[in-house]
Amino acid sequence: MAVAAPTQTMNNVEAVRATLYEALKADPRTIVLGEDVGARGNVFLITKGFIEEFGPERIVDTPLAEASIVGIAVGMAMEGLRPIAEIQFADFIYPAFNQIVGEAAKTRYRSNGDYTCPLVIRTPYGGGVRGALSHSVSIEALFYHVPGLKIVAPSFPADIKGLLTSAIEDPDPVLFLEHKRTYRLVKGEVPTGRYTIPIGKADVKRAGDQLTVVSYGLYVHQALDAAARLEGDGMSIEVIDLRSIRPMDKGTILESIRKTRKLLIVHEDNKFGGIGAEIAAMVAEEAFFDLDAPIRRLCGPDVPAMGYAAPLEEEFMISTEQMAETMRELVRF
Amino acid sequence: MAKAIESPSFERYGLDDDRLRWMLRNMHLQRTLDNRGFQLNRQGKIPFATGSEGHEGIHAGAAVAFSRGKDVLVPYYRDIGLCLGIGMDPLEALLSMFARGADRSGGRQFPNHFTSKAIGMLSISSIIAAHCPHAVGVAYAMKYRKETDRAVLCCFGDGATSEGEWHESVNFAAVHRLPIVFLCENNEWAISTPRERQMAIADVVQKAAGYGIPGVIVEGADPLAVYKTVKDALDRARSGGGPTLVEAKCYRFLSHTTDDDDRTYRSREEIEKHRHLDPVPRFERLLIECGIVTDEGIAEIKKEVLAQVNEVTDRAEAMPFPAPQELYTNVYEGTHEPWL
Repeated sequence: MAVAAPTQTMNNVEAVRATLYEALKADPRTIVLGEDVGARGNVFLITKGFIEEFGPERIVDTPLAEASIVGIAVGMAMEGLRPIAEIQFADFIYPAFNQIVGEAAKTRYRSNGDYTCPLVIRTPYGGGVRGALSHSVSIEALFYHVPGLKIVAPSFPADIKGLLTSAIEDPDPVLFLEHKRTYRLVKGEVPTGRYTIPIGKADVKRAGDQLTVVSYGLYVHQALDAAARLEGDGMSIEVIDLRSIRPMDKGTILESIRKTRKLLIVHEDNKFGGIGAEIAAMVAEEAFFDLDAPIRRLCGPDVPAMGYAAPLEEEFMISTEQMAETMRELVRF
Repeated sequence: MAKAIESPSFERYGLDDDRLRWMLRNMHLQRTLDNRGFQLNRQGKIPFATGSEGHEGIHAGAAVAFSRGKDVLVPYYRDIGLCLGIGMDPLEALLSMFARGADRSGGRQFPNHFTSKAIGMLSISSIIAAHCPHAVGVAYAMKYRKETDRAVLCCFGDGATSEGEWHESVNFAAVHRLPIVFLCENNEWAISTPRERQMAIADVVQKAAGYGIPGVIVEGADPLAVYKTVKDALDRARSGGGPTLVEAKCYRFLSHTTDDDDRTYRSREEIEKHRHLDPVPRFERLLIECGIVTDEGIAEIKKEVLAQVNEVTDRAEAMPFPAPQELYTNVYEGTHEPWL
């Protein structure tokens, strides 16, 4: 009989915090830099107390300038440090777009491997917190088009720890997305001690054989709730948590579809050109004849952002009821 | 053998005759490689070339101030002479022009976007001032590791000082008193946009005051003055004194690149008006007047440089392009495939 590894209950904020703490403890090359990460301990208190323990040289309160937060981290990485840059909200990442896309993602390529850029950029994203136009966006589709960049978006505490550790140890730049609505909403058991989860590996969070639901972020949790409700109606739904967006796990998705023969993709980012479009195209190319129903996508609407007013935010977000209804339609198709 | 004449206008800052002749040779090497790039382009042998005529004095002076094996150079695309001066093989310039597989970027980069971790030369893109925060990050790492014998030399043109990332970089370096020298090679033109359309101030160096760091103007046509100014700034950086903004004034005598035609935006007269700023004949005259070289000696340098450039041209041209499959390497450490 296997002996259960010791675990600790954590929410997502605590999982990020514990992982950063262990990385800082383990490797003096690790530097955390960003706006308000020091004295304030990050706006979500993720790095609270770090500056006292690790000092202002390693926990760097930067000037308010996102392009150079990433750009300086790129230089640190090229010179042998292991920077973890923070963009306070994903909405503020746009000024750093060139540093991420034009610089970090191309450092290894343009120098033909002479220089590398082992860099993590952490940022909270997503809605459901009344964050209005500029504290709610999803940014993954803007970046997942970019070769040279890796993107992970785990939403369970144990996945966060394993994937953030992998990201910090990765030899290439990783954009690490944290859904802020899950920060204190989601709790779970997290194994103690260092461990990694490979970037690019999805996780089947619920097994089923009548429909495959592929999602990530906050909506994985809602999809699991919806699937649990439908179980009472005799429906068997498989829920895959992508966890990594680039690279993405084709094998797990296709294996599931060949079993369930139906696919629903759910994400908060808007539909047009989103992650779901790429998954749908891949499945159409590779598993068209395995499908018994059209692929469905349940995504954010194609508007610039969710509004501050509660009805505007609620209209943007997909409810668990909507997910259950779409799942029911597909199972019955 | 001719002995140096110490005239009041000649301050050699401790550099010996051999070093001064080396500087002159570096300037000729740079100019000859510039010409070679334009020639090869006009012959249809290479798609593109960039010239740096007018910047030779800055490059020769700054290269001597640079501490090889310790400092890090974060150059921009006009710094060919500086890259050569800190130890880059001229063959690398030709491999880059011909985009050969043996080029350090594997034939990926535009010409004059040199890289070499071995000699401390950071890889750059063509996006103006995007390399400035990288230079600051390198300087941060040096300070963090308490490497007090190292500093960063970050170079850019006058146009770069309009970019937000330039300002963010200087500000961060100033806040943290990082070991870095910002060297602006002000050649008065950003492609077709003259300095007065780029900024409302006469001197780039005025921008230093806004960040609380010293700014120094130096005549770029005078390699010795550049050497002294950049050396002082690097020494200050290494000893914990923080960053300096050095503005080396020069003039761009060629079009921006082989794809540019500067007759569309500036007159031939305006260029000739600046001909007295050409650093090469000026430095030649100085060294002749001081008895450090002779006319014959200069002819010999030119002949020898041309022979070297011809030799590396032939060698680079004879080398193969990268194999098409090289397109897929070094995207990540492992596979480039987005689907696993």
